[in-house]
Amino acid sequence: MKLTDSPLIIALRDPGVILRFTDAEWDLIVRQGYATGLLGRLGAMMLKHGLKTQIPVPVWRHMEAMLTIAEKQRRAVLWEVSQLSRALVEVNAPVMLLKGAAYAAAELAPAAGRTFSDIDILVPKSALPEVEMHLMLSGWIAARLDPYDQRYYRQWMHELPPMTHIRRGTNLDLHHNILPETARIKTRPDLILSSAQHLAGFANIFIPCPADQVLHSATHLYHEGEWEHGLRDLSDLDCLLRAYGEDSGFWADLMARARELNLAGPLSHALSNAKAIFQTPVPDLAQHSALYQTRTIQRRMMNSLFVAGMTSAHPSLRHPGTGLAQFLLYVRSHWLRMPMHLLIPHLLHKAIAKLRIENSEIHRSAE
Amino acid sequence: MERLHSGLILETGPFRTRIVSHTPEVLAGLDLLYSDFPVHDDGFCDFHVQVERVQGPRRYFRPQVTFMFDGMAPFKPLPANHAFALLEWGLNWCIAGHAHHYLMLHAASLEKNGRAVILPGEPGAGKSTLTAALTLSGFRLLSDELTLVDREDRLLVPLARPVSLKNASIDVIRSFSPRAVMGAAAHDTHKGTVSHLKPTSESVLRADEKAKPALIIFPRWKADAEAKLTHHSKADAFMHTANHAFNYNLLGSLGYDLNASLIDACECYDFEYSQLSDATLVLSELMQ
Repeated sequence: MKLTDSPLIIALRDPGVILRFTDAEWDLIVRQGYATGLLGRLGAMMLKHGLKTQIPVPVWRHMEAMLTIAEKQRRAVLWEVSQLSRALVEVNAPVMLLKGAAYAAAELAPAAGRTFSDIDILVPKSALPEVEMHLMLSGWIAARLDPYDQRYYRQWMHELPPMTHIRRGTNLDLHHNILPETARIKTRPDLILSSAQHLAGFANIFIPCPADQVLHSATHLYHEGEWEHGLRDLSDLDCLLRAYGEDSGFWADLMARARELNLAGPLSHALSNAKAIFQTPVPDLAQHSALYQTRTIQRRMMNSLFVAGMTSAHPSLRHPGTGLAQFLLYVRSHWLRMPMHLLIPHLLHKAIAKLRIENSEIHRSAE
Repeated sequence: MERLHSGLILETGPFRTRIVSHTPEVLAGLDLLYSDFPVHDDGFCDFHVQVERVQGPRRYFRPQVTFMFDGMAPFKPLPANHAFALLEWGLNWCIAGHAHHYLMLHAASLEKNGRAVILPGEPGAGKSTLTAALTLSGFRLLSDELTLVDREDRLLVPLARPVSLKNASIDVIRSFSPRAVMGAAAHDTHKGTVSHLKPTSESVLRADEKAKPALIIFPRWKADAEAKLTHHSKADAFMHTANHAFNYNLLGSLGYDLNASLIDACECYDFEYSQLSDATLVLSELMQ
């Protein structure tokens, strides 16, 4: 099934169409909704448009269940943020919430019905040791990793090894940049932090400004290679762009900011894909041609590769090209992540470590 | 048979599950234990599941089965002769992981004379054995593992699925009633030997009929004890049901409200017994 024919995508684009849906289409919506992580968002949209009573009762139960989880996470994230704010009160540096946590805590457009698993925060690199120490004192413990993985995170990546709270079990990713240190493109996390907006009610907690919310979401989507969540992330972008795009000044700011942060590439992919899949109202793309550093044909090929990657979320969306697209995007994400002289030894190390684990498992099961 | 190959839609209370399987154990289990349940050919399904043999060389040497939820495998494969038990566990997993529309208690529940009794079970307390005996003594089975509380009307929502019995309780129930219909036993599972009791036709036919909670009983089997009910504090019952619910915290203040009105509506007892026949008599009297 083509993505644009998916009843889930059609309903997210134009909620009124659900009045015409058959049982078979509802069946597909719930399955695709669970697999893509978009069922809660569709439920929130149905509530907003007063369509809840038009949905078959068994279908609504699933949406209400997802809305219940999203609401629980919203409460939990506010509690975590208050704990973070307290833990880091002595640190003289801003703490910025990113993505899901920022959407939920500040009730931004993508928050309604959205679920997430980790809390991502960004702090200045110079404050990293101090922040890490205060987090540990407050009960956030880093996963125990071997020296190789420690070095991988600390020397090459844009985040420290994931931390888990010892009592609450919540996961925290501490970032000092939004792209790896070794990535092919470099951005300016200092500028993102200096344009931050206060999160109401907290002196030391911030969220990115609207343009940076879009740019970070796009950068994450097109660099991290988590394509199973690709549709959800693209839908986040659709929500952000619809919410901020009505302000006429927003688009010019966004373009200027993309150039300033050197993130025009991911933004151009985001705008094309969002427009193609969610019919996001983007002012005439041709005006933004200055964004594109690559040729049209190459850009089109990349965009269809991303769309194919997003079809990996559910069997009903997959097509014969999905597997190849997944592989190419996996290769691409590594190629973007680090230069060859680092990447090849890194992948070899991972492959050998995996073999060792498998061998010891075979050994154990034989016993 | 062909239906199971292409997709059999099984209705168990509020849920419809599309099951695809080519394994003889699943077919035999469904044939025997689910024969009274409504089945459908199409329409909306809550869950799409598959139980299939694992392909590859393992096919011939210690064959295994795997449970798939809409193309994804949430558990590790099990030996092939555990296929039906795997389906039952898989169906529990589907509900516990998705049905947050309800407050889900880890408890059995049954109904008689319009009043429902909830049996929260510590492992080993004999909850399933007592549930099976009550089912065979004229109680209507609502659920064996998962008691669902409706968030709108606060009534208990039946599933009426087979009762899972372990080890010695399998023979205890066989000798308790000649009417007990039991599925093939799966040996050496992580719970020991497991077999399922077929729910009574009445339980299945009335699976769309919710029940009003009236009693919470904490059963405890004790050798040579006389069947005896003693009062159990409501505060403790509240904490117990909250702590043993699958999604109490997830529901937030709604979870608190639902649990509080459940406890308000119920008399709470501890129940010690040794003989199932005495136990079912005492509880039947309580339902008058």
